[in-house]
Parts: sequence; structure tokens; C-alpha cells
Amino acid sequence: MVFNLFKKKDDQQDKEKNKDTLKQEQQATAVCEETCIEENNNINSESDDAFAISVGSLKEKVSKTSEGIVSSIVSFATGAETVDDDMLDDIEDKLIVADIGMDTTVEVIEKIRDKKNSIRPDQLKDIFKQEFAQILKEAGSNKINLKENQLNIILITGVNGVGKTTLIGKLAHRYKSQDKKIIIAAADTFRAAAQEQLEIWAERAGVDIIGKYDSDPAAVVFDAIQKAKDESKDILIIDTAGRLHNKFNLMEELKKIKKIIDREAPEALAESILVIDANTGQNGLKQAQVFKEAVDLTSVAVTKLDGSAKGGIVIGISKELNLPVKLIGVGEKINDLKDFNAEDFVTAVFD
Amino acid sequence: MFDSLSDRLQDIIRKTSGNDKLSDDNISDTLREIRRALLEADVSLRVVKAFISKIKDKVAGEEVTKSVTPGQQLVKIVYDELAELMGGSNTPISTEGKPNIIMLFGLQGSGKTTTAGKLAIKLRKENRNPLLVAADVYRPAAIKQLQTIGKQINIPVFTVDNSSDVRSIVSSAVAHAKENGFNTLIVDTAGRLQIDNELMAELVILERLFEPAEKLLVIDAMTGQESINVAESFNEHLDVTGVILSKLDGDARGGAALSIAHATGKPIKFIGMGEKLDALEAFYPDRMAQRILGMGDIVSLVEKAQENFDIESAKEMEKKMRKSEFSLEDFMNIQKQMKSLGSLDQILGMLPIPGLNKDARQEIAHVGEKQLKRIEACIQSMTPEERKKPEIIKSSRKKRIAGGCGIPIDEINRFLKEFENMKKMMKQMADMTSTMRKNPKKMSSMMNMPGGLGALKGKFPPFR
Repeated sequence: MVFNLFKKKDDQQDKEKNKDTLKQEQQATAVCEETCIEENNNINSESDDAFAISVGSLKEKVSKTSEGIVSSIVSFATGAETVDDDMLDDIEDKLIVADIGMDTTVEVIEKIRDKKNSIRPDQLKDIFKQEFAQILKEAGSNKINLKENQLNIILITGVNGVGKTTLIGKLAHRYKSQDKKIIIAAADTFRAAAQEQLEIWAERAGVDIIGKYDSDPAAVVFDAIQKAKDESKDILIIDTAGRLHNKFNLMEELKKIKKIIDREAPEALAESILVIDANTGQNGLKQAQVFKEAVDLTSVAVTKLDGSAKGGIVIGISKELNLPVKLIGVGEKINDLKDFNAEDFVTAVFD
Repeated sequence: MFDSLSDRLQDIIRKTSGNDKLSDDNISDTLREIRRALLEADVSLRVVKAFISKIKDKVAGEEVTKSVTPGQQLVKIVYDELAELMGGSNTPISTEGKPNIIMLFGLQGSGKTTTAGKLAIKLRKENRNPLLVAADVYRPAAIKQLQTIGKQINIPVFTVDNSSDVRSIVSSAVAHAKENGFNTLIVDTAGRLQIDNELMAELVILERLFEPAEKLLVIDAMTGQESINVAESFNEHLDVTGVILSKLDGDARGGAALSIAHATGKPIKFIGMGEKLDALEAFYPDRMAQRILGMGDIVSLVEKAQENFDIESAKEMEKKMRKSEFSLEDFMNIQKQMKSLGSLDQILGMLPIPGLNKDARQEIAHVGEKQLKRIEACIQSMTPEERKKPEIIKSSRKKRIAGGCGIPIDEINRFLKEFENMKKMMKQMADMTSTMRKNPKKMSSMMNMPGGLGALKGKFPPFR
């Protein structure tokens, strides 16, 4: 994992960068990682500050999304006297490119088209902002649901390669630094070296991990729950193998895991989180639908949001699946998993 | 969620003109539908726009409006155009260089490491002697993952302990290959964002130093509108030689394929079709075009069936059908296997049945599944003997069964009669398939028999 300390320079120079510099950077970043952890350990357990992202830096992360949506609205509206169909068609295109999703885009655009005669072009930006804010609000609270003095289970699911394991590493680190007692269940017993990857993260975060390669994932979950209960842990995070939602048997396996949780620790399932890669297109909505049925999702985490112009997926998911986004991944550093705040997001994109 | 484009086009033409003719009035509606279908398949907007204007010209040129079946003709034009855009034929992988170096790169989580293993198997089958090179020095346990895969497929993996210098790793790997007679190097690099200049520079350095014969970009088939930026950016820096589209065994329409082909002009060489390490296939533009248009997905259905069905018991079943020994017990077993494929609605959705839109499909599935449940209840109320020999079920047994499952006797009668008919039909079908296997020529005469398979001709869109 490289943690980019240095601001990006222009390519030409970079391309010629020799290996020594690269090496130094890596060493430097390794050091940074340590200090980051230490810093966080010192944070008061009640404070969530390290995990909140300021509007300013969020703005930087979603700048491409913002450019895509807002600049276009502004530029289409500039100089125009009235809102016409062509203008709305152009804006519709931009929303689609931001991966907001077809249905949501069409719905929002049609809503505005209906009242196009009573609005001025310079009002468009605020109208869109309100629409999106409303969608995010209606999807529910963005706060992770954890109860005091009891076991909280967080189940993490998703298709292959979305970043589940990395997210769990970061999540464990976050709660560890809040002095919670954590255990991770490595129930991805299928992918080569998935457990080792998680072990490295667990070590970095300094938390317990339980799992066995090539065994039944439901059995791992069972063991983990017993251990979590015996040792009165606060949080059990369950990593599962990536699976495509159209694989019947794999989805059945997931239902079995859910069943074990419900049976062994009723009421303990605090969050059932689907992890979605921000680069995912329309299929993301379909994934969410199927996973929602299988494991009763409570929320979504959107990873790899930095670097993508597609922050729009946050809006599409909230609208079409009625699931709140609670976590966003905005970089590779251990602290780059942030709480999602709907208001800040809309502000970062629009203002 | 997605309805087939061909259905939609038929629908819209019918709705706007009252018959199946395409007029100048509804052509723009139709084009809008095509546009929407492509966008829903995640084809980049820029590509869609270029594509639609091309279709527009073609439609005008070929006078689709005067055709008797304008909808079908339109679908054909779109289909041909899509297949062509994605490159007509498959481009084989280069064997140049001593050793031949193949570099894999892409975003995080696109499936590079798994793909490296799959590619190694593929090349070994072509009598090459591949060496996997673990050059992902960043992601925790990435090297271990490649080593595990290497062990599974029995292909050596070259690693350097505790080194984060990819340049020296690759150069040692080249030396190692030369010494030990490996003629092909497959280099697995770390995932990176296309806008991460530092990490892109690392790839550029590797490229300049080692001049790989193949520079393959691995892209997740589920990628949305971003795919075009990713492909363009990697291509700009590294002049990629080809693309591998991973995770196509999902149900994403895979419009990314079109965007990538359009943006880079580079061929898609392979597609990843499953988690098993032999699931890497050559890319067929025509299959992909069908998929993007939502023209059914027989291929996936067959694959799903292969995954879930037990071949041995299927053979056994066929034998029973031929001998008319097929029992209610067997019927139940088949139902069980069918269920493992998914719901009736899902299965129907994968079949290219013209005119079967989403509502009709769900209706049929709903009625069908209800019916099946009643039949199941009925069979469950029978004794094992009755299940094996339904002919022994006479009136007193029927009364008992009816009492057991709560289904009226006349319905049970109907069901038993249908089962008899089905048995006869099965025997015919089983005979036909076994003849076909032994003597394919005879099949063509069967096709023309009244009521034979010939009757189905023309009812399904052509499959290539």
C-alpha cells in the first residue's frame, strides 16, 4: 500500500522518477502509517472527528463529480433566458455520465421539466441541489448504528474486487482507536490469500482475528460469534468472500451466514453493509437489490470515491434502493475511510 | 430491471403507430429507446452519441421504414454495428520477445491477480512455459495470493522477499527466466488509479525498460461511465496492446466493452467468465453484442445449468425417459434441479423469446410456480410406490391423496393424465436426441416432419 504523501507533480518529471525516490516515499509512508495510528490512538474515544471528512477535503475528492454535474448546469444556464427542453436534455446527459442512474436521472429531470415555465435558468443549480439533498435525506440516517454495552455485529458483503477487506481493515482501526474491543471474522475462506491480507490489516490495527482457510464460512462465523460472546467484545466485523449476485449457490451461502447470525446472536446484527465500488455502473443497483434480499442490508459503503468522476452513484443508490450510504472510501491511507454526511456531500458537490 | 431492447422497440413502434410500421414520426422515439438501452448497459455517453448518429444514417439508407418488420430489422442493424465496433475477430496473444513479456495492469480490484493465473493456464495449454511474476508490492498479501494461485495450477511464481522495487523484481525475473528456460513472463502489477501519476510513472518505467510484447489492461465488466476515462488514460501512458474484460460471468450488460473498444481502438483479447482458474475465454464480439442488447443469454443459462446439474443423473434420466420409466419421483428431482437455476422468471428472462416482455414473463412465472407448488403437494401425498408407478393410482388412492394435499380429485386426474402425455413426449424427445447424437444427418429429415422441430423454425432470432 503506498500512501501518497507528496502532492502530485506533472507527469513528465514523474515518469523519469528513479527508484530511489520511490523507495524513499514508501519508507516515508510506512512511517506515516505508524504515526497515523498513534495519533488516532490518542483520540478521545467519544470523538468521531478523525473519521469525519471536512467539506473542504470532501470537495477535493468529489471535484470531478462536481465538475461534471454542476459546471455543466451552470454553463448550460448561463446567458439563457428560459429553461428549455434542450437545456434539460443536456443536463440529463451529464447526470447519466456521473452514474446517477437512469431511473433517478429521468425522474429528477422530468420533475423539473414539468415546472420549467415557472423557473429561471439561474435557479437550476439550487433546484438540483435541493432535489439531491432530498433524495439523500429520504434514504435514512447516515450514522453507523452501534449500541453500547453489547455485541454489535457488522456484516460486510459485496461483489469481487470492491475493496471489502481493505474497508474492514480501516474500520477495525477506527473502532480500535475508540477503545472498542474488536474481533474480525475472516469468512472469506475462498479467495487465495484473502485471510493473509486481512491478517496484515488486523495486525496493523492491533485487533483479534479468527478464520480458517478452505473451511465453511458459516462455521467461521459461528466460531467468531462464540468467541466474541465469551470475550465480551463490542464489535464483530465479518468479512465475506466477494461474490457475483447472480451466482445462486454463493448467495445461498450468504443467506446461511445471515441465518447463523440471527440464530446465535439475535438482535446483535448492527449493520449489514454492502460495499460498492464507485466505478460500478448500472449493475451496482442490481447488486444492491439482490444483496438486500439475501442479507437484509441496512446500508452501503462506497469505496474508491477519490479519482472517480462518478460520485453520482451515491445518489442513485439512495434513491433507487432506499438505502443510506454510511461510509465512503476516499483514498488508500488507513484513515481514508470516512463517515458519509449527506449535507456535506451536497455542499461539496454544489457549492 | 432491464428489459430486452428488441421487446422495447417492437412495443414502441406498435404504440406510436397502431401497427408494426416504423414512420418518420416514431423513428426519433425509437432512437431514444436505443440510446437509453445502451446507456443502461453502461456504454459511455460519448460512444452512444457517435453510435446513434451512425445508426440514424444506416436506418435512412436502408429504408427500414418500408420494411414489414421494421423492429427486427432495426435490431439487426444495431446488432451488426455493435459487433463490428468491438472488432470483428479475435486477436491472438503475441509470442514475441525472448522471453515473451506480458504485463497486466488496471484499477484496484479489477481482477489482475486472478487473471494472471488464468492466463498462465491458457498459455501452458499452448505449449508455452510461463513464469508468473509477483510485482504487486503494495497490496497486503497480494504476493501470497499469486503464490497460492501458482500452487493451485502448478505454475512457478517468481518473488523477491521484502522488495518494494518493482524494477529490480522484473529484471531479476527476466534473468531467472532465461536461466531456467521459461519463455513467457506474466507480470502482475499493483492496482492503481489512472490519475495517480506516481504509480502510472512506475508502469511507464517498466514498459520502457522491458518493452513487453503484450501490455494488457484488465477492466471489470461492471464498470460504468468511468470505463472510457480509465481505458483512455492507461492507453495514453502505456499504449496498451489489448484488454481483458473480467467478471463477465455477472449479469452486467458489459457496455464497457464497447466504450473501451471505441476509445482505444485496441482489441479485447479475453474475458473472465468465473472464479475457477480455467474460466478465461477468447472474446466474441457477437456474443457481447447480444448481451448488450439484452437478446437473451442462452450462453449463461447453459453455463449455469452445467454448474448446477449433475451430468450423471441427467444421463440416467435420459435413459429412463427412453424406456418410459420416468417416474413422479424423477419429476420431483428435475423440479429441484430447475430451482437451483433460479426462479422461473429468471430462467425465462435468459431465453430469447420474442414478444415475451417483463410483465408477461412475470405473469407466466407466477402462474407456473403456483401450479408447480400444487403438483408438488400432490406428489408429496403419494406413497413411494405410487410415485414410481402412477398407473396403480385408482379411485380409493386418489381419494386419500386428495385428502392429504387438499387438491380436488379432478385436478389430480388432470395432472396424472398430463404426466402420462409428458412421458410419451419425453420418450419421443429422448429418442430424437439419441438419434441425433448417433446420426446427425438423419436429424435434418426430422426437422421437416410435421410438428417436428421445423415448426419452431423462424420463431427465434438467429443465433450465431
